[in-house]
Order: sequence, then structure tokens, then C-alpha cells
Amino acid sequence: MPTDTEARARRVVAREVTERRGWLSSVWTTRTRSVIKELVAHLFLIPISITMVIPLYWLFTTSLKPKGMVFTYPPQWIPNPIRWENYPEALTILPFHLFFKNSMVYCVTILIGQVLVSTLVGYGFARLRFPGRDLIFWLVLIRMMLPGAVTMVPSYVMFSKMGWVNTLLPLVVPGWLPGLYSGSFYIFLCRQFFMGIPLELDDAAKIDGAGHIRIWWQIILPLSKPVIATVAIFSFITHWNDFMGPLIYLHDVERQTLALSILTFQGAHDTEWHWLMAVSSLMVVPVIILFFSAQRYFLQGISMTGITGR
Amino acid sequence: MSTIATKLLGQRTRRWRETITGYLFTSPFLVGFLWFTAIPMAIAFYLAFTKYNIIKPAEWVGLGNFMRLTQDERLRIALFNTAFYAGISVPLYLVTSFLASLAMNLKIKGIRWYRTIFYLPSVTPAVASAMLWVWIFNPQWGMANSALDLFGIRHQDWLLDPHLAKPCLIFMGLWGLGPTMVIFLAGLQGVPESLYEAAMIDGAGTWGRFWNVTVPIISPVIFFNLIMGIIGSFQIFTTAFVMTAAGAGGSRSYGVGGIQDCLLFYVLYLYQQGFYFHHMGYASAMGWLLLTIILILTIIQFRLQERWVYYEAERRL
Repeated sequence: MPTDTEARARRVVAREVTERRGWLSSVWTTRTRSVIKELVAHLFLIPISITMVIPLYWLFTTSLKPKGMVFTYPPQWIPNPIRWENYPEALTILPFHLFFKNSMVYCVTILIGQVLVSTLVGYGFARLRFPGRDLIFWLVLIRMMLPGAVTMVPSYVMFSKMGWVNTLLPLVVPGWLPGLYSGSFYIFLCRQFFMGIPLELDDAAKIDGAGHIRIWWQIILPLSKPVIATVAIFSFITHWNDFMGPLIYLHDVERQTLALSILTFQGAHDTEWHWLMAVSSLMVVPVIILFFSAQRYFLQGISMTGITGR
Repeated sequence: MSTIATKLLGQRTRRWRETITGYLFTSPFLVGFLWFTAIPMAIAFYLAFTKYNIIKPAEWVGLGNFMRLTQDERLRIALFNTAFYAGISVPLYLVTSFLASLAMNLKIKGIRWYRTIFYLPSVTPAVASAMLWVWIFNPQWGMANSALDLFGIRHQDWLLDPHLAKPCLIFMGLWGLGPTMVIFLAGLQGVPESLYEAAMIDGAGTWGRFWNVTVPIISPVIFFNLIMGIIGSFQIFTTAFVMTAAGAGGSRSYGVGGIQDCLLFYVLYLYQQGFYFHHMGYASAMGWLLLTIILILTIIQFRLQERWVYYEAERRL
């Protein structure tokens, strides 16, 4: 904390600076200054952005090269000839439609569950008063900070005793009954978001005779699109990309998800890079579309949930 | 008299009803926590004292697994690798993603495009991006070496070089700074404009406003990202798994840790012990050790936060 004298000294300096700048201000208007500032920003951001995109460009162009052109040095920047056939080939060499279906079933069932349940539980924490509530909320926070690796082996033991290995159950049920990291994080987000919705709305609905389920469904949810979008995006991306879960629980080839299937292109001696990159490119597409379409809510959702502590 | 009684009674039943509703609403979490966290942790605690391979019944070995932990050379390597990775990557990611979020908070043309571009890499599936980087770091055909050509530096072996493999991994992690950046950005956007104005009236320059307004106000966000960053980096798995299986000549389905175990990270080793060697008891003991380490680090962070994290009013995480 600055002391009083410090603050006063600063004020004096600031006044002097503004006075000296005075003569400049006619030429050096704030407008030109902001234009220059913007130019400098672009000057920095454009090269960095290009660097960020290059690996993705590389992913995509490798997927369009004939196998022979993949292994050239120096690497070919623009594939020539462009070989679109890599895509149908990569998709038919494996039962790709099956993997796609498996991934979709996994992601959609868990997404619906996580959105419903984390808003429901979040509502309980944000809107209801009951003994033990804060204690349970502490459990949510603790669960968020608990490393999943601790329960990896014993969960497998438990699920195998229950006969759930090689099914989607050990992956999906913890989404509907959120006892794992991601679920707790979404509950936390929803709770923080709901805390910001005025209580008067609930009271008005209560006077009209609405119960809590109806308030949750008809008042809170329609007002919570940003946080719902955030949870939905996080959930979809997390499970679409999930590798460890399917690796541990889905053993049969016909139950595999896309993320697992990518590894099949990788042989002990020879990796089919052109096909691998083709499937990888296809895997990235839905996520990018989803991100673009919900982006508007996304940032809003995070900033309004107050991870910031305000 | 009777009206007061009914009122009181009504109040009590209402409170009672709210309690039941509250537990009903939060029950999915309670059940999930019990089923998927508490019970597995109890199982892990029991298994840690046994020899168990899922097929044969567990055999009590007392402290045997813990004795083994102290003598396991590969565990020491895994711990070193993980600590090395976390120690460098966490501060590095925090600083870079914070700088990135400052840039993303500028009000300039096309900022939404920049935001998307910066976020995009992190939505790339971890397997795909790990394979992609294996390909980029390929010593023979990769882009990394052709980038070195530009500067006339001699070619490197990257992931096949025990000294370079971890820095490569740290570098590629930087590519996925998106989520951390977005959380910082959300924090930055929550800083009230009035505080900046007040600081300006006091004559604070850009730097002064940054240090005396921005940093204290978003210090809870820095803290959040720090805690999550440490926990996350101690659990690095997929990238290392894919990279050691693909890039460093490991066998396909079980990452072996790369050349000279240079990419043997803690969870990778735990996975190997549990699911490859079927040493479920030993793996459980490893899990508890990891939990203890992370717990200690987290507690230290929570203690230290009192010195640098600024909370408005009394709200604390």
C-alpha cells in the first residue's frame, strides 16, 4: 500500500507530466496514439498467431500428402499433389463409423447428464439453506483438488468386480453422479453463477406457488445460458478428447472411441502418418465448430461464474 | 396462542422441508462422491497393504509396498521427471498465459480472431496433438529440424534425446495455454473500471496500474490457476504415454518411459505398474504417495497465499 506522501508525490509528478505533454496533444492526439498502439499489438500478435496455427496447418497438410511425400526432407509445405483419397482410405481401413458412433454416444450421454446434474446440484448449493450445506460444498472443492490418479487403479478393481469393464458404464455413470474431477468443477461453476442471479426472482415464483424443481427449470436455467454453454463445451471437449478412460475401460476394438483409434495407425516400425493425420483432422473439426458456435456465451460464462473470487 | 403455534410449526416444517430438498438436490454429488471417490480411496488404502493382481485374492504384505517405494529406482526417476516438468512448466505457463490474456484483453480490431486462434490448440485432442508433435519432432523428417536449418543449427534428436525430451514436452504444453488464458481473461474483464480511473487520478502510469490494481485484483485467479496447474502437471499422462509409445521407440500399447526413462512420469509409471505388471497393490500405494505429495504442495500454497493473494471482503476459496 502506497503511503500518503508517496501518493501525493505521484500526483505531483502526474500533473507535471500532463502539463509537459500539453503541447504535444494537438499533434499527438489520442486517436493517433491508439492507432499506433493497435499497430504495435498486431505486430506482436500476428507472428505469434501464425506460430500457434502452424502445427495445425501441419496436421492438415500431412493428411493430404501421398504416403511417399510424407517422408521427404526438407518437409513439403504445400502438398503436391493433394491427395484427398487419404480420407476415405483412412476411414474405411478401420470401422471408423463405429468409433465415431461410440465417441458420440459417450460424449452426448455424459454431456446431458453433466449439464442437468451440475445445474441441479449447483442450485442446491446456491439457493437452498440447510444444515451441512457448506460442508458438502467443501467436499466439492476437495474433490476438485484431488488427483484422479489416486482412484485410477482401485476404481478399475471396483468396476471389474461389478462387471462394468468393457462397457461405457464406468465412463458415463460418474458423469451423472458427479464424483470425479470434471463433475465437481462444473458444479462449482454453476453454483458460482447462480449466486449472481437475484433471489427476488425465486421469491416471486414462490409466491406463485412454484416448487424448487420448477424454479430451477423455469427461472434459473433460462437465465443461465452462459454457464450452461460453458459446462457443455468443457464437457464435450473433455470427453471427446478423453484418452485415459477409454484406454483403461474399453478393451474390445468395436467399443473403442475415436481418441483411442488414432493410435492404431501407429505401428511398431511404420506409422501411417498420412492416415493418422486424416483421422486427427476429422477429430478436430467437431470441436472447432462447437467452440465457434458457442464462443459468444463461453467467455461470458466463465467471467460470470466468479472464479475470480468476486 | 394457537396461531403462533401453527406459525412456529409451519416455520419448522418449512425448514425441515428445505433441508430435505437441499439434500435431494445435492444427492447426485453425495452419491457420486461416495461411490467414485470415497469407496475407491478406501479400496486403495486397503490394497496398498496387499499384493494383488485382480485374479488372485489379495495377500496381506503389511508395509511391504511402502518399503518397496523407498527402494524403487524407477520411482525415483519418475518423481524427478515429474518434479522437473512441474517445476518448469507451471511458472512458465502461468506467466505466458497471463501475458497472453493481457494481450487478449486489448480492445483492438480482430481480437476475437486472436482469442480463437490462441484457444484453438487446446481443443485439439491430446492424442492427436501428441502424435502431431511426435511428427514435428521427428529427427529425420520433422519440421522442428527444418526450422533449425533456418538458423544454421545442427539437427537434434528431440524426443529421442534424453536431455531434450522433457523440454520438448514443456514447449508443446505451452501450445495448449488456452484454458488458463481464458480464465485469466475472465478475471481481467472483471476488474472494475472505476479502480483504474481512481488509480489514474492518483497519477499511476500503465505500469503502476498494472502492479497496484490489476495484479492484486486478479491474484485469486492467479492462485486458482497455480493450484490447478500444479495438480494438473503432476498428473501428466496422455502426452507422455503417446509420445513414449510412438516417438521414443516404446512398445505400442504400454508406454515404457522413453529413452533412458527420460519421459517416465509419475502417473505413467503408476499406470504401468497397475495395468501392465498388474501390481495393483503397489500401484495403490503409489497413488497414496502421489496424493500425499500433492496435498503437501497444496497446503503450502494455501499457507503462502495469505502473503500475496488479495481478497475483497472476507470471501475466500
